[in-house]
Amino acid sequence: MHVTARLVAAVGAALVLAAGSAYAQHETAFDIEDGSRAFRTSCQGCHGPDGDEIAGVDLGRGQFKRASTDADLVRIIRNGIPGTPMPPVNMSETQAARIVAYLRSVAASKRSVGAAGDAARGRSLFEGKGQCATCHRVEGVGGRLGPELSRIGQVRRAAELEQSVLDPAAEVLPANRFYRVVTRDGATVTGRLLNHDTFTVQVLDSTEQLRSFAKADLREHGFVVSPMPSAKGTLTPQDVSDVVSYLVSLKGRAVR
Amino acid sequence: MSLLGRTLVGVAVVVGAASLQAQVGFDRILKARSEPQNWLTYSGDVFNQRHSPLTEITPANVKDLELKWVWQTRSLEKFEATALAVGGVLYTVQAPNDVVALDATTGRVFWTYSHTPAADARTCCGRVNRGLAILGDTLFMGTIDSHLLAIDARSGQLVWDTVVAKSAERYSITHAPLIVKDKVIVGTAGGDMGIRGLIAAYDVKTGREAWRFYTIPGPGEPGNDTWSGNSWMTGGAGVWNIGAYDPETNLTFWGTGNPAPDWDGRQRLGDNLYSNSVVALDADTGRLKWHYQFTPHDELDYDSTQVPVLADVQWQGAPRKVMLWANRNGVMYVLDRRTGEFLKGKPYVQVNWMDGFDEKGRPRRVPGKVPTPEGTLIQPHVHGATNWQPPSFSPRTGWYYQAHFENSATVVVEGLSPRPAGINTRATTMGQTSLLNFYNNDAEAYGVVRAYDPATLEAKWEFKMSDITWAGVMTTASDVLFSGGKEGYFFALDARTGALLWKAALGGQVNSGPMSYAVDGKQYVTVAAGNALFAFGLK
Repeated sequence: MHVTARLVAAVGAALVLAAGSAYAQHETAFDIEDGSRAFRTSCQGCHGPDGDEIAGVDLGRGQFKRASTDADLVRIIRNGIPGTPMPPVNMSETQAARIVAYLRSVAASKRSVGAAGDAARGRSLFEGKGQCATCHRVEGVGGRLGPELSRIGQVRRAAELEQSVLDPAAEVLPANRFYRVVTRDGATVTGRLLNHDTFTVQVLDSTEQLRSFAKADLREHGFVVSPMPSAKGTLTPQDVSDVVSYLVSLKGRAVR
Repeated sequence: MSLLGRTLVGVAVVVGAASLQAQVGFDRILKARSEPQNWLTYSGDVFNQRHSPLTEITPANVKDLELKWVWQTRSLEKFEATALAVGGVLYTVQAPNDVVALDATTGRVFWTYSHTPAADARTCCGRVNRGLAILGDTLFMGTIDSHLLAIDARSGQLVWDTVVAKSAERYSITHAPLIVKDKVIVGTAGGDMGIRGLIAAYDVKTGREAWRFYTIPGPGEPGNDTWSGNSWMTGGAGVWNIGAYDPETNLTFWGTGNPAPDWDGRQRLGDNLYSNSVVALDADTGRLKWHYQFTPHDELDYDSTQVPVLADVQWQGAPRKVMLWANRNGVMYVLDRRTGEFLKGKPYVQVNWMDGFDEKGRPRRVPGKVPTPEGTLIQPHVHGATNWQPPSFSPRTGWYYQAHFENSATVVVEGLSPRPAGINTRATTMGQTSLLNFYNNDAEAYGVVRAYDPATLEAKWEFKMSDITWAGVMTTASDVLFSGGKEGYFFALDARTGALLWKAALGGQVNSGPMSYAVDGKQYVTVAAGNALFAFGLK
């Protein structure tokens, strides 16, 4: 989309969403962040990370089939739309309002890096110079030590992906943390932590083997920083933009 | 064996069973420890000591425990109930409100009584139930639609059904009732949803209400002025855990929950009595004799709905009748249970909302440690340092045993709901039981079982777990302690040293308190984990 057209769309979305904004007076940055989290959990599986994957609906731009006010949106989130795949979501009015606040906030900001890159070139960088596939798997190709990325474009926005590429340690989900154990005989094993409890620890080790250890048999054990390097030293800003565009394009396979 | 012979044996068994299952009079409940084979109240006795006099299982042989049976519920709700054991029969609750009688040696079901809660029943934190009470031949259960039911213990048939409060107004009952003499006493949950909490006693025969005590005083009553405006009408102070009873003073003690709205006190200025308190009521009349408020004007969801534990201890060189209370707010208390006098209070985890007490035992608040839109680091977390899980007191060691956790969070509030935030966002809000560990390292959050000396409130030992725990604790007269955790282990510790003696991986969170009973001289230990009840005994 042309820049001017995008701006117009964003302003238009802001205006549409501002109409009947019953919740605006209570809105804080924290509400929006909370709404973002709730959106990821409850909405984006169907609506997509940018809220535009249902035909005729573009949540980020304020384009709806049935809602004209915030109150309409809150009601639809909580009650669903009978006769359609939109289910009711079990959440409070406050929580639903935070999702609405989040949707309003993304209207002007969401289309950042990503659309500007060359996804095809990004794929080449991902598999080549960037060495991303050493640890990350896409459509059955690549390593397993890092997070699987075949659907990453469905669950992460471009800005979040860009941060992960440039500053991988900034936010690591619990499922992606790294752990190191040293056995009694001095062998060191590092891998992605899959589970642990008072007595045991389970990892996917660096050779992609599922390993389980009794803590009583270990000389030491504990979390370590993610081994993923920042792309700052190896990729140019354009490279990063291309890689992010490639990641954004990864929506997973259609269910057959 | 001849037919006649078999018939005679059958008669003998029936007669034997009838005598074993004699009516449970209140005198038996008061002297519950004199019949160690049974478990007659939620925590084993009216003092809530959760201490079994059984001694077959010892620190030396506990390693030989084996699984005797498993009873799988047909419920995916959290299994928080502690079973009662009477004459070889276990009585428990399949959440939300099905009463089940089981053969204590096989886990086979004798009967099930199903109560279907009203469609408007709402609970804050799961459609759960923590157990039953028994008196005579009758079981009593509070329901999540706020009924109190009496059920025949032999047949599983309904005897009476009394509405305690309206479920449409968000009242519910989740705890095990308490029997005192000829009354059955319950309290109502719903404090997060703007109820006005209450404790009420009912005639065990008829279900008629005998007395009612509102945990928030009405206009003209002392304490009503601790609520600004009309906030008393919907101020919460729910009751969702069992009380205790002291026959010497005829007082019954109940912990009360948070004031509502939970995290924003601007609408309810004042101390908000009797929220987050223990109230001591005359068991015959329900009149308030004394109270102690643990957290005045709470904005951190520090319900004081822990199980009150009564004990007779040595206090400064003399015997003293006390109440022990490890509170959700991170502070452990010793109160004189006859007068309510504050004897001692001491943080038992990292606490940053208070830094001491005045001369009357009122906590000294640390300015600024309240939820804000910008976020405030609060210790302990809104989960608390402990929550509802039942503790134990061993008369043998004289120690108070508690399962709790180190846990903190930045609490952000705007409106009526908190948003726990911080490292990894710790996106586990109150009441969820996600199995996902939500900590970054072993020091950030962990669970423990600790033994405390009531005289000093110093920990004598600690058993540390990787994850936090919602399991209760039971001790035995052979100095074995049983507990579990969120990780799904059920384990035995040496009650004197904390040493791990035995463990079993049950594959589901332990959200209940262990109990013990015996049949034909064989001791069993049970615990609910995941959605099943497990019974262990020696090989």
